Amino acid sequence: MLQINDLSFTFGPGKSVFEKISLDVKAGEFVSLIGSSGSGKSTLFKLVNGLLEPDQGEIVINDGKVTGKRLGSVGYMPQKDLLLPWRTVLDNVLLPLEVAKENKKVKLPEVREWLTRFGLADYEESFPNELSGGMRQRAAFLRTLMTGKELLLLDEPFGALDSMTKRTMHSWLLGLWGELQKTVLFITHDLEEAILLSDRIYVLKPDGIKEWKVNMPRPRSPELIYQEDFIRMRKELEWLIQHENN
Amino acid sequence: MKTTRIKKWSSDYGWFIIVVILLVSIWQWVVNRGIIPAFILPSPSAIWGSLMDNREILFEEHLPATLNEVLIGFAISVTAGTLLGVGMHFSRPLEKVLYPFLVISQTIPLIAISPIFIMWFGYSIWSKIAVTILTAFFPIVVSTYDGLKTGGNEYRELLLTMGANRWTIFKKIQVPLALPSFLSGLKMSVVYCVVGATIGEWLGASEGLGYFSRRMSGSLQADAVFAAIFLLSSLGIILFLIISLLERQLLKNKSHI
Repeated sequence: MLQINDLSFTFGPGKSVFEKISLDVKAGEFVSLIGSSGSGKSTLFKLVNGLLEPDQGEIVINDGKVTGKRLGSVGYMPQKDLLLPWRTVLDNVLLPLEVAKENKKVKLPEVREWLTRFGLADYEESFPNELSGGMRQRAAFLRTLMTGKELLLLDEPFGALDSMTKRTMHSWLLGLWGELQKTVLFITHDLEEAILLSDRIYVLKPDGIKEWKVNMPRPRSPELIYQEDFIRMRKELEWLIQHENN
Repeated sequence: MKTTRIKKWSSDYGWFIIVVILLVSIWQWVVNRGIIPAFILPSPSAIWGSLMDNREILFEEHLPATLNEVLIGFAISVTAGTLLGVGMHFSRPLEKVLYPFLVISQTIPLIAISPIFIMWFGYSIWSKIAVTILTAFFPIVVSTYDGLKTGGNEYRELLLTMGANRWTIFKKIQVPLALPSFLSGLKMSVVYCVVGATIGEWLGASEGLGYFSRRMSGSLQADAVFAAIFLLSSLGIILFLIISLLERQLLKNKSHI
């Protein structure tokens, strides 16, 4: 689905963000990208979605079908929800369809169904500032989904939420994951979240990128975080991050 | 619902109205007592009397003439100003060339350039409209241009990742974001239009409130001059309120920002 080979990127001379990193995401996978602030996670996303161009290396989306022009080929959910404040929830969610010049009327029943599944059916005529943080994130996520792209890049979607809401969102997302049929690359700095949601985790660090597999069957429930296995995995991951830093 | 609206209105404007009534009363009293001679400052009742005496020529001839100049001038200013603002937004070279000219156009004293307009357009309505446009288009250009510049960069990037082109981004993001600034410009501009039309009429006209007030000041009829001023000011206020109403309608959803 996504393949990044020997990617290098600098913000001007001497300000290398990363050098020769490679990663891949297979179709249907949920892959997390973790790393401390400033490690270039968001920059990597902007390279994949085409807002930035790499200095070296290649980014292959959909088996090479998209190489040069990448804008408009993945669903991208930025850190801030960026819901347009003058549009209702429904109109915000319809935005990708408008951009793609699709017939909104035809898609409306399907969009409404998704709104229900996202718990936003009663709020479709509400404006973003009338929603709670969790609802805003869900609306932004649904908007990303409505791009209809196979690969979704989610940049810390739950980063700004309180821990209770975050927990609710986790169980909601885990429950939804089976029917989504999407491929996700997910940025987070919450290790628990990364393990709970992902099939694999990439740790991005100044000296390169490390892959780490999560051996947990799906479907998963949020209660897993209290199991011994989970806690062991978390320790292992933490050790991996700390150890390599020295 | 209705009573709360009245309450809100009176809490918003109550004090203003009280002060106006107080000032007008003091004014009337001062003139009545002869503290200030009536030919220097006519009393409010005399102004009102003059307004009534002249109501036919004022309301049937001069006010429509001025209103006509204001509306034509405003329409041209808005069209040209918006086009220029949008053009400058889309084209850097255009912006670089035009911006200095725009500023220069605002440094020209109107009184100095008006004779030229009269030389070009004679005493026709177009010399007045030219002055009106010169005063009124600048706020439109600047508010359009600045409005289109306001932030929105993150929204822009988001739409780019959805595969949007420049035009789509302009329509979906930049226009809605620019609307509040544009409407502020519109409000300013419409008031300037009244000022511009009046100045134009002062400098050479055969009708209009500016012309009327000039003629009356020539014959030292201060009450009639004040009556014309009163009408001009009311005209400006009404036009301003109309745009404010439009603004409120258009920005209904924007109150959610």
